[in-house]
Amino acid sequence: MKITEKDVRYIAALANLELDPDEVRRYAADLDSILDYVVKLNQLDTSDVEPMAQVLYDAPADFALRDDAARPGLPEELALRNAPESAARYFKVAKVIER
Amino acid sequence: MSFDVSRWTIADVRQALSTRSASAREICAATLTRIRDENEKNNSLITVMKDRAMEQAGTIDRQIAAGDPAGPLMGVPLIVKDVIQVQGVRNTCASRILGNFISPYTATAVERLEQAGAVVVGKANCDEFAMGSSNENSAFGAVRNPCDLERVPGGSSGGSAAAVAAGMSIVALGSDTGGSVRQPASFCGVVGLMPTYGRVSRFGLVAFASSLDHIGPMGRSVRDVAAVLGAMSGRDLHDSTSAGVPVPDYETQLDAPAQGLRVGIPKEYFAEGLTSEVRSRIEAGLGLLREMGCETVEISMPHTEYAVACYYIIATAEASANLARYDGVRYGSRSAHSETLAELYRNTRREGFGDEVKRRIMLGTYVLSAGYYDAYYRKAQKVRSLIASDFSSAFEKVDFIVTPTSPTPAFRIGEKTDNPLHMYLSDIYTITGSLAGIPGISVPCGTVPNPAGAANGASAAASGAASGAASGLPVGMQIFAPHFEETRLLALAHQFEKAGGFTVGQ
Repeated sequence: MKITEKDVRYIAALANLELDPDEVRRYAADLDSILDYVVKLNQLDTSDVEPMAQVLYDAPADFALRDDAARPGLPEELALRNAPESAARYFKVAKVIER
Repeated sequence: MSFDVSRWTIADVRQALSTRSASAREICAATLTRIRDENEKNNSLITVMKDRAMEQAGTIDRQIAAGDPAGPLMGVPLIVKDVIQVQGVRNTCASRILGNFISPYTATAVERLEQAGAVVVGKANCDEFAMGSSNENSAFGAVRNPCDLERVPGGSSGGSAAAVAAGMSIVALGSDTGGSVRQPASFCGVVGLMPTYGRVSRFGLVAFASSLDHIGPMGRSVRDVAAVLGAMSGRDLHDSTSAGVPVPDYETQLDAPAQGLRVGIPKEYFAEGLTSEVRSRIEAGLGLLREMGCETVEISMPHTEYAVACYYIIATAEASANLARYDGVRYGSRSAHSETLAELYRNTRREGFGDEVKRRIMLGTYVLSAGYYDAYYRKAQKVRSLIASDFSSAFEKVDFIVTPTSPTPAFRIGEKTDNPLHMYLSDIYTITGSLAGIPGISVPCGTVPNPAGAANGASAAASGAASGAASGLPVGMQIFAPHFEETRLLALAHQFEKAGGFTVGQ
């Protein structure tokens, strides 16, 4: 086992996921078998290979840039319409600062 | 007036509207009737947009009556995968966490299709956040394959594929990150295209893995897929990765001759794992290509076996970042059981996400976490370069690459749900092209016998699918072309379809 249940709880905290003990056991086993499979990439010598972050094609250097001009954004009312809780034109959340 | 539009093509709609033998409203109403009858069998739609669709069809009828210039898709029914936004309509991503989300804007691809006259009739079921290969990971229930209701339609765009196969729409949009348009097209016996990365704007497509996500069209013929691609492609200022490459008229160039084209057959795609029945169908397809005048050449793509591992690192890493936004604050569901903000995040995500989505967020978070970034994520990006260079080297020698779309035909519901890795391997032939960003299409290549055909085939016959599908399971053949060569790709696929006569319902 490369992945322990402690690792799974650590990753879950990083990912803001609450897991129950059964999920911790299952994900430990699943991640372990998937990681066991992906180590096959180490069979390849990639010391002289550039990483590929994006599909590239020929385009002018400034292609992705638009004019720096004001444009209408999403109207406030539409932006708030899907909020689980909102008030006074803001998203409402639980208190984060203790007095 | 009631008539059967379940096998119609875009050409039939154009003909009916121009001769006034049917109105856009009548075509829309007939489509909605078909949807009502079929959706309870295959569960392919999450939302049926009855009122909005009829209203839009009415607008089109008024435009025709007023003599306005006709768009290429006037009155054509369209189904949109429920990860692609349509303003004012619920967009769930097949997830509990977005169960009540109403899209505040329309995706560029859909907006362009609507401008061309298409009528969106429904939002298609899929795997949650497009993560899956069988459409079993949906908070709205599994989709069933119209060719055999006990089998999966493939995924993640399983609802789009099943709906087109069952005649609930003429065309549909899916999204393809590792095979999610091509593999379900193969399982349901329809045509599915993943365009070149950047060909179609991703604005309004809910992000799964941004460097791999594509919107792709599905239909019952290559010609219909070409018409949809042409109407939605091109540069969009809302997506900086959309390409400024000119958009050709794909539809009028489908008859380019296949004579003398060189087709590469990568030996790695015909190795262990490919079932013998699918192999023999694809070999028959290759024979047909030779009869059409193509020359087939064996080639080698040595990094193929590393593609699934490479993909599941890159895609999950990007997903873990993209799905961080679902936290119960700005949109989506919110857990009712939280005292603090940190609890609200964690409980919202626990209650809102399904099992596979959590598994991929966990894997993606792990491969990006301190100490593992270089070993996994950066390593995978380097291997991605090697896989892409396999393709660029191959395309120096051949015009196209032909492979099976999937190693098996549609499998049974529940057959692979216990083993995530086993499920991932069903995308083994499609993932390579996704990593390289090249266009790939799955075209029907006949059927293989269905062991349960006698028992379950009756449902397919009753749903109006062709007799071939009732007794067998569809097999798709995949064709890859170099970046932005969709014109030639669609032409070859169209010639193949014409020569083989395999497409369901034709």
